Amino acid sequence: MSQALDEIKIGGLGASRKRVEDNRFIRGKGNYVDDIVLPGMLHMEILRSPLAHARIVSIDASKAWEIPGVHLVMTGEMMATRNLAWMPTLSYDTQAVLATDKVRFQGQEVACVIADDPYIAKDACEAIDVTYEALPVIVSPAQALAPGATVIRDDKENQNDNVIFHWEVGDAEGTSRAFAEADMVSRLQLHYPRSHPSPIECCGSIADFNRATEKLTVYMTTQAPHIIRAAVALVAELPEQMIRIISPDIGGGFGNKVPVYPGYVCSILASILLERPVKWIEDKTGNLISTGFARDVYLDGEMALRRDGKILAIRMHTDSDHGAFFSDAQPSKFKIGLMHSAFACYDIPYAHMISRGTYTNKAPGGVAYRCSFRVTEAMFFQERMVQAAAVDLGMDQAEFRRMNFVRDDDFPHRTPFGFLTDSGQYGACLDVGLKAVGYDNFLQQQEEARSRGRLLGIGISTMTEPLGAGNSREYDILGIKMFDSAEIRVHMTGKAMVRTGARGQGQGHETTWAQIVSHELGLPADDITVEEGDTDTAPFGMGTYASRSTPVAGAAIAMAARKIRAKARRLAAHLLEVSEEDVEWELGRFYVRSAPDRGVTIQECAMAAYSNMPDGMEPGLQNQSFYDPPNLTWPFACYIVTVEVDPETGVWDVTNMVAVDDCGVRINPMIVEGQIMGGLTEAYAMANMQFITFDAEGNCVGSNYMDYLLPTAWETPGFELHSEIMTECPHHPIGAKGIGECAAVGGPAAFVNAVMDAISYTGVRNVDMPMLPDRVWEAMKYRRDVSGAPPVLTDE
Amino acid sequence: MTIVYDDEPDADEIPVRRIRFTINGAKKVAEVEPRLLLAHLIRQGLKLTGTHTGCDTTNCGACTVLVDGKPVKSCTMLAVQVDGHEITTVEGLATASELHPLQEGFKEEHGLQCGFCTPGMMLAAKALLDHNPDPTEEDVRWALSGNLCRCTGYQNIVKSVLWAAEKLRS
Repeated sequence: MSQALDEIKIGGLGASRKRVEDNRFIRGKGNYVDDIVLPGMLHMEILRSPLAHARIVSIDASKAWEIPGVHLVMTGEMMATRNLAWMPTLSYDTQAVLATDKVRFQGQEVACVIADDPYIAKDACEAIDVTYEALPVIVSPAQALAPGATVIRDDKENQNDNVIFHWEVGDAEGTSRAFAEADMVSRLQLHYPRSHPSPIECCGSIADFNRATEKLTVYMTTQAPHIIRAAVALVAELPEQMIRIISPDIGGGFGNKVPVYPGYVCSILASILLERPVKWIEDKTGNLISTGFARDVYLDGEMALRRDGKILAIRMHTDSDHGAFFSDAQPSKFKIGLMHSAFACYDIPYAHMISRGTYTNKAPGGVAYRCSFRVTEAMFFQERMVQAAAVDLGMDQAEFRRMNFVRDDDFPHRTPFGFLTDSGQYGACLDVGLKAVGYDNFLQQQEEARSRGRLLGIGISTMTEPLGAGNSREYDILGIKMFDSAEIRVHMTGKAMVRTGARGQGQGHETTWAQIVSHELGLPADDITVEEGDTDTAPFGMGTYASRSTPVAGAAIAMAARKIRAKARRLAAHLLEVSEEDVEWELGRFYVRSAPDRGVTIQECAMAAYSNMPDGMEPGLQNQSFYDPPNLTWPFACYIVTVEVDPETGVWDVTNMVAVDDCGVRINPMIVEGQIMGGLTEAYAMANMQFITFDAEGNCVGSNYMDYLLPTAWETPGFELHSEIMTECPHHPIGAKGIGECAAVGGPAAFVNAVMDAISYTGVRNVDMPMLPDRVWEAMKYRRDVSGAPPVLTDE
Repeated sequence: MTIVYDDEPDADEIPVRRIRFTINGAKKVAEVEPRLLLAHLIRQGLKLTGTHTGCDTTNCGACTVLVDGKPVKSCTMLAVQVDGHEITTVEGLATASELHPLQEGFKEEHGLQCGFCTPGMMLAAKALLDHNPDPTEEDVRWALSGNLCRCTGYQNIVKSVLWAAEKLRS
């Protein structure tokens, strides 16, 4: 009889294990950057530009230097003498650390002060006198591309306009042919507004340079400590072994904490100059107006259709607004990230896309806000175009999707833009969603309600998205390949420690990584600790973003555990005095095939690795793995939303929200559901209220939480989650796919489609997000599309 | 906060006020600059770092503490205003041997992810449960509407509070 352990009981795969990290967080004993205090520590504040575009005439910091408690004032001029006024970005551009010649967006870093305490540093910042000469301001790609537009990046040689890139993908000729043969063409133009990931904790760092040891230790809010170490080594020209990056507990990241920001660089230089620890903690306005924004892309999309509903081809033209410096935090060779993953779940023969990137006088960033590098825009454009096409065809929106889905028996499938998807049950997920929401019944209610003047709407969004960069062939950051790593040490008593190159920010790595080891080795999850975020101790890895932790680092853990199990098998054979071929494994123990009662536990093997190994065997029981995934993982999701729109005010309420996620094997279902609900809330936020815009002078509207609206518990609707459909990832060692971001990626279109459905009687094709009541009202009242693009300065 | 300055002419012009207050049951005296924010007194002066600052504008609620039992956003209250008052922070929720039911509830119902908003959420919830031991889901959502969370989507936070309410009642 099997003596295998009960995997759920030991906290293995599939267990909704309570989170171990909670023990410190619920006691207020987390260790975030601002909680760390070092002896002799000084505090840094940054002075930011009030103008969006201006020449710096002069900077007079003499009054700041006079304030007691001020140790150092740094300006661009001073940085320039050390060749640190500019730094490279993750997208092969340059970004100003402290402005020298000009400021190019509101909030740009101009100077910084290091003082005994943050109050004094703030006082001193206010005492710095900067004279600016205002320049014309550009806040949209349309302005940036207009003839005669001011060239924002005149610091760059050969940059004579505001174009960053012009990039094409797909089959132009085949697409043209398909459009020529189409029965009809459906067209949609829209803007995915600028947003900000806005974790509640802002960015910050403590740089601690020790002159005696020459070692630089930096505690910082980073999702990718190893990349930062490499970047610091390259930018500051310090030897890499003398740099230690520690990413302590992080109060939310969502992509905002991937890039290198000027504040980090300034705190490092200040610490080197002053030989004391220097802490920089950003305030919320600094975070919102200067650090990595997301989205801000305009679409002109066309779909070639056969009369029966078959999609023949897609044509997309995107204009993206990258702000003053091209610092998109994305590791692909594709200029607009994975925008061309659009339409991956549909069987479409031809597609072509032209993407143009422009500079504007807005903050740089272009981070992957809870998504894989522009996948959020891709899926939103896709699902908005699909809905518009269904309306144009007069077809049911669910049936239109179903008839164009890639079939279950058609994998691997080449997407219209060239990705390779490998698994999924799209139709089955849609069925679950439609049943849960009571689709047919709703359509009936909707018609009845309309006859009484009530506006009900239903919106669907179905998508598969690429998560988990690499592979290393196509994905790298500054040449560093996108793999990830894990190291497992099994101690003598059968307890274990896991370290990875990832860095969680609330995803629950400390809980789930132990579950993977538990599944592979049969050790109770409670016997396993997890550590991440310290470059001196963790194996080199690329960090946590783009839902890549489980697909890549999680896979590395399984592979490292399997190497350990292979060695444990040899130890078991030695202990059982049989040959290795006669040893079988069941969860938690090895046994003799011909005599199953004779066995040894994994813990006994661990003890033997240190105390009773066979002759010639290297002692110890630990191993590591560097995992280069063969493909991205492709989870599928179906989100359905019903709303009621108030015809008098344009206010809309969510009456139902159903989410069907197929993310392969769920390591910890409780945590997976937590991720989905978090993503749905951000989707709702983007559809309903959350956006950053700019007035014609480049003033950021949304520079604090009074203007940048985020939903609270009061506004956020309830969600109904479904997990009935599970398609294993064919290439992942435990069959898992990414999930952290699906809902934020696929969700927004479901909300918008629902509101558009409710006001479909108006014939309006599009209202840009966020669908603020006044925008919806304008669409109903004037029966016209409503654009959310920033205003353009006119002569009036 | 004690700050040692270089002995310069301006140094003795820094105004200081003495305040007395109770925090998590312990009586304290502090000398503070009048402009010092309560959040900074708690975090730097008292080294209780469970109270987090998120937005500086009274919106996010990460810095929520209880002053005389009422939830207050400590990033926009001056330290001098707590002179003679009683403060409770997250560190005052649990006893040495026992967690507060709210702390248990947040773990049981997966009411937190990154943990940054959690102390403020729990204190806002405590203020609710102290005067309404049997709240509805709507009551909880309203009571927490001054606190932002970017990770969870709130559904599990609401469940956590209801879990704690039930435990406190039994």
